[in-house]
Amino acid sequence: MAVQLQACDPVDRGARKEDMMVGVMVEDERAALAGHLRAVAERRDKAAFAALFAFYAPRVKGYLIRQGCQPAQAEDLAQEVMAAVWRKAGLYDPAKAEASTWVFTIARNLRIDAIRRERYPQVELDDGARELPDDRPAADDVVSTGQRARLVQRAIATLPPDQAEVIRQSFFQDKAHTAIAEDLGLPLGTVKSRMRLAMIKIRAALGEQEP
Amino acid sequence: MTYHSVKTSPPNHHASDALLLSYAAGALPSGVALAVAAHTTLCADCAHRAAVAEDIGGSLLDRAEPAALCPDALARTFGRIEAPEATPPPRMHDVPPHLAGLPGPLRAAVNALPDTRWRLLAPGIRQIDLNPGARGGGSSRLFRISPGTTLPHHGHAGIELTLILQGSFTDEVGRFQVGDLAELEDDVVHQPIVDSAEDCICLIATEAPLRFSSLLGRLMQPLFGL
Ligand SMILES: [Zn+2]
Repeated sequence: MAVQLQACDPVDRGARKEDMMVGVMVEDERAALAGHLRAVAERRDKAAFAALFAFYAPRVKGYLIRQGCQPAQAEDLAQEVMAAVWRKAGLYDPAKAEASTWVFTIARNLRIDAIRRERYPQVELDDGARELPDDRPAADDVVSTGQRARLVQRAIATLPPDQAEVIRQSFFQDKAHTAIAEDLGLPLGTVKSRMRLAMIKIRAALGEQEP
Repeated sequence: MTYHSVKTSPPNHHASDALLLSYAAGALPSGVALAVAAHTTLCADCAHRAAVAEDIGGSLLDRAEPAALCPDALARTFGRIEAPEATPPPRMHDVPPHLAGLPGPLRAAVNALPDTRWRLLAPGIRQIDLNPGARGGGSSRLFRISPGTTLPHHGHAGIELTLILQGSFTDEVGRFQVGDLAELEDDVVHQPIVDSAEDCICLIATEAPLRFSSLLGRLMQPLFGL
């Protein structure tokens, strides 16, 4: 966030609320990242890839270290993730996912491949999930993809501590809900309901109604 | 007998938010993750909720504390890109015709197996073990169960998921049809009975070995190897 703040000219933004300002900047940056991904996919554009690398490689490495990776392995994996971003750029569809979400899933899968020495089951593009009949509006009809990231970020930042904690343990400590319940000495149902409440808040922030 | 998926109405039994969140985070054992991934290829609702859960990961990545890379990391990455791709793990064989209609993530798992024949386990029950080495302590197996057959009573520790791929069964919780995901709570003892006219084919994935509670179950446990 600090990096993104430095990249803007605060005078230029006048009287906007600070969070709006951050949101606008993040969306500009995000549009640039999506554009770089397209340039890599369509033209194998090395300069665009260098820009993606500058943004994502240190974040992927930092995320992996936070998950407990040794720095040398995190460095190796971060490079491997970026190489996969280059190879798979043509599969990225900005209408379906945020660029950061897409990079996150690549990093998640490669990390598990490396650490467990087995493949994390994943859904490939041609597996057809997205082709199923679905009466909900397409994700990018409700909120544009760049806006989506900001809304999710803000929803996460405002979760109550007990819900934020289960999210933290899931994503940074590699614990399934069952392991979190054991770890916190809580009934499984309590952990499951915290996760459900967190997901409801995030979906609500995205303008989705619960059935 | 050939597996054929019959596209019916959307599933009635779904993955919980907790399960989808753990899947998105990369925190599930592979067998259980396999059942979740396969369900999302059959269920638009769970595919969508999994995508929202993955957005959490994207958001956390966005805000991750950047860690400096080696000065030549970009050049090294271009080196990796230009190097011939690491050869994919040897493909034992293509998915055999009797399993060709399986959801994508399951086809990938079947692809990696040396042996994809149904093995008779008990009268009316056949299986294909998708995780023969039982790495990670959990299990994932395809079962093919004849109409009217009851699976032995069992309890279990941790997550147990059953994904119906053909036919249907009924247990204490309800009726489960193609695409449905049964997510059992810890310590629930259950006894599914196949109530379809055709064989029921399902994926059963567990986080920990199953514990059969009946005498029959105990006798069968070595057979199941669960
Ligand atoms: Zn579902």
